[in-house]
Amino acid sequence: MKWLHKDLLDVSQLSKPEVMAIFETAGRFQELQERPVKKVPTLKGRSVVLFFAEPSTRTKTSFDVAGKRLSADTFSLAKSSSSLTKGESLKDTALTLQAMAPDAIVIRHWCSGAARFMADRLDCSVINAGDGRHAHPTQALLDSFTLHQEWGDVAGKTILILGDIAHSRVARSNVILLTRLGAKVRLCGPRTLLPPALKTWPVKVYSDLNEAVKGVDAVMCLRLQLERQKDGLLPDLREYSRTFGLGARHLELANPDVRIMHPGPMNRGVEISSELADSAGSLVLDQVASGVVVRMALLFLYMTRKGEE
Amino acid sequence: MAKIDLIVRRANLNGKDVDVFVSKGKIVEVKPSAESLDAGDAKVEEAYGLTLLPSLTDVHVHLREPGFEYKEDVESGLRAAAWGGFSNIMCMANTKPVNDNGSVTELMLDKARKHWPKGPRLFPIGALTKGLKGEELAPMAELAQAGCAAFSNDGVPVESTKIFRLAVEYASDWDRVVIDHCEDPYLGVGVGVNEGEVSSRLGLPGQPDVAEALQVARDILLAEYLDLPIHLAHISCRKSADLIRFAKARGVKVTAETTPHYLTMTEAVLEAEGTEYDTAAKVNPPLRPEDDRLAMIEALSDGTIDCLATDHAPHAGHEKETEFDVAPCGISGLDTALSVTWGLVRDGVLTRETFLRAWTTAPCAVFNLPVNTFAPGDPADFFLFDEDEEWTVSASTLHSKGKNTPLLGSVLKGRVKTHFIAGKKIV
Ligand SMILES: [Zn+2]
Repeated sequence: MKWLHKDLLDVSQLSKPEVMAIFETAGRFQELQERPVKKVPTLKGRSVVLFFAEPSTRTKTSFDVAGKRLSADTFSLAKSSSSLTKGESLKDTALTLQAMAPDAIVIRHWCSGAARFMADRLDCSVINAGDGRHAHPTQALLDSFTLHQEWGDVAGKTILILGDIAHSRVARSNVILLTRLGAKVRLCGPRTLLPPALKTWPVKVYSDLNEAVKGVDAVMCLRLQLERQKDGLLPDLREYSRTFGLGARHLELANPDVRIMHPGPMNRGVEISSELADSAGSLVLDQVASGVVVRMALLFLYMTRKGEE
Repeated sequence: MAKIDLIVRRANLNGKDVDVFVSKGKIVEVKPSAESLDAGDAKVEEAYGLTLLPSLTDVHVHLREPGFEYKEDVESGLRAAAWGGFSNIMCMANTKPVNDNGSVTELMLDKARKHWPKGPRLFPIGALTKGLKGEELAPMAELAQAGCAAFSNDGVPVESTKIFRLAVEYASDWDRVVIDHCEDPYLGVGVGVNEGEVSSRLGLPGQPDVAEALQVARDILLAEYLDLPIHLAHISCRKSADLIRFAKARGVKVTAETTPHYLTMTEAVLEAEGTEYDTAAKVNPPLRPEDDRLAMIEALSDGTIDCLATDHAPHAGHEKETEFDVAPCGISGLDTALSVTWGLVRDGVLTRETFLRAWTTAPCAVFNLPVNTFAPGDPADFFLFDEDEEWTVSASTLHSKGKNTPLLGSVLKGRVKTHFIAGKKIV
């Protein structure tokens, strides 16, 4: 498949065949993971800048590993460690990065729309690794890829996304991607952590977790930012975990083969019980493994798009 | 009869060719164009093919001087006003220092006299509370004496209803109207985007319309209780319009304004192809859904909303070319207001009468400025404009230093060719 997109800003840009092409490419890289030497020369001589204006060890490491396995040179630029970005405007950061002529930039930023801002100003591919509350396309792709690997197809399955939907770019991108792939999506969380105007979303919304989990094939827990309590969005963590934390008792109501997911890092005992996180149905570590191969597939497709027939 | 010193020949006034006779800055006579005319030693301005309109009044602009002259200053703001068809503008107090003492007012007026001695006329608005902090009343007597035409904490809503009440009462002692920026400070946390479908998809914290409407309701109840006028700035949503309509039916002395952008733009611009997260459209209150836009047109047409104002909020390019969360709110509006709103008249959305009321008689009546009805004896404030001239909104065609408008790059129709204030040509 000839890859036509310059940037990956959100999953809404991708058609179903394109998502399948990403999955297929990721599947081929998966085989590489089992070899003793896990490296191919595909992107030798190409450079990827990892620009993380908001800290994220997991996503950054995942992209770093993905780039290195393809023999690309990866450079990190973290907001905290770099004089380049201290007090500098995002426009100047973009111009500085442009001058370094990388082949791709992976950006994580605390402002919604920041990835698009960069994409509009840079000639190289911009891959959104999370912008504000807006989108986290690579997380959504790796989540769907993980389920795709489990089930062969996510179409027709029912997936519950649980927790702080309002502030979650992971939830936003997953709703778009999972429905595009034919899954049914449910959301559950306290009203204070749900976005407004949900009636226009292709989802079913629940406030009772026991209702929400009935017959579902997978539950995606979201990380609860503990400061939400200080923002007044919930009374306390104990109450939250008792009403919206996923525990073993909920799974009796779900499909017997229910899968449990979490984008990490987990607050064990808050949004998910520890035993569930480690249970047989947990895909948490599969998600991490999928993250690397999906990101390899994305770097490959976006960085070789020019000249590929 | 007074000695005529200016004759405007064959101008199109409401579809008729007229000659306008001016003496000592006042209209003497407007009559159907004569074939020939003995002008004597009066100046003659040939206006054939041009439309004549009385000059407009804008009761809500931010001029940024003192303190933020890189965004705009009195000179550039008045230039934008002159070319925009405005003879009177009222400027808000959120400068640095804040216009909360007579010397800041005087500085603004000095600059205006120095750069634009023949007008447009500047009417500063004094702060309601010292430093716009909402804690202590500003010295309104001193401010009124120095030339402030009204009082407002625009930009920073007064949180304490008690302080706001006292400010309204104290302002009335100096015959000045208080202008409120209606935004509940607790619900108005998300700025620049309406809370709803679009903000949810974009992942931006939004400001709900009730943040505005709650404060509108508070002001209505206070105005009724105190039996004092309160003017509600930049109304943007149907809920507010409904409350104001209800208040006016009860005889409450509230008046209100809306802006050209709420009449012509919606939140959809923020996710439209090519203008996603466009910070030029980040404004407070935010652009609302289509239903609210229609409500603004209805409310202006039926007189619920008294007048139009630009809420001209110029910012420097680098301030707007940044992340959406970081960019300041505001649209530069003086240059485009006339073309945009005259376009609504051309399209039959607003009547000519509504247009004139909203931009001339109503704002002057609310703030006790000389009303221009274009009748004999009225000030000779008018402009001639080419209704059909097309112009592209660009950094070079905007007279304001603020190039921050979502209209950048679009083609507007109608351009001011000449502007007279008190019978003197200013541009
Ligand atoms: Zn305001």
